[in-house]
Amino acid sequence: MDIKVNVRPSDDEAHVVDLVGEIDVYTSPTVKDAITELIDEGHYHLIINLEGVRYIDSTGLGVLIGALKRVREHAGSVSLICTNPQVKKIFDITGLVKIFGIYENEQLAIKALA
Amino acid sequence: MNVQEESVNVVELRIPCKPEFVSVARLAVAGIANRLHFTVEEIEDVKLAVAEACTNCIQRSPDAKEIVLTCEMVPEELRIVVRDNAVRAPGDDAAELASGSLGVFLIRSLMDDVEYRRDEHNGMFLRMVKRVAGTS
Repeated sequence: MDIKVNVRPSDDEAHVVDLVGEIDVYTSPTVKDAITELIDEGHYHLIINLEGVRYIDSTGLGVLIGALKRVREHAGSVSLICTNPQVKKIFDITGLVKIFGIYENEQLAIKALA
Repeated sequence: MNVQEESVNVVELRIPCKPEFVSVARLAVAGIANRLHFTVEEIEDVKLAVAEACTNCIQRSPDAKEIVLTCEMVPEELRIVVRDNAVRAPGDDAAELASGSLGVFLIRSLMDDVEYRRDEHNGMFLRMVKRVAGTS
């Protein structure tokens, strides 16, 4: 089990983090490192693309919550792209749907930033 | 052996208390849950609950060497016990047991019955039950 991380600038001021694989206690440090690097470089509007993620657990949620806390200190944002019902269910159960903007695709996530 | 005992199948899995082995537990328990009549969504619930239990051992029991999962397959029900062999002083992280982390919150949300405590050696003991929908 592994996670693939790809970081790219979006059409707007945001940066997109494409994740493919499973996010658990073993792989979440890789995700955390990529996001931390982006924030350290001064990118405070992040779109995390979870479309390729089949599984996420509390450690993955912890990374996203940590990122949100950091970017909010700079008036930034973390938006999620997620349509997988099983992954979305975890955000529903934990109430994180109220904290993160969750969108069906990148265009909608960018539009929400404007 | 009575009829009830005959209908219980037990699978025990021992994994090192290390992050890279949580996916092994997850896949194994998915295979076990698949033997019962769970839906795909219920199997995903069980996988996540077991992974959270293992993660809890790894994060809160740094001196634990292994995690032991015992899965009892009863008709219409899967009973899982996850325990580690950590040695703690009595009373350590009592607040964690009482309130629970995000992981324990997820376990309680996804499974039908959950018991979370210290075992007789003060290692972590987490017993959870998932019933096939419509049988609870």
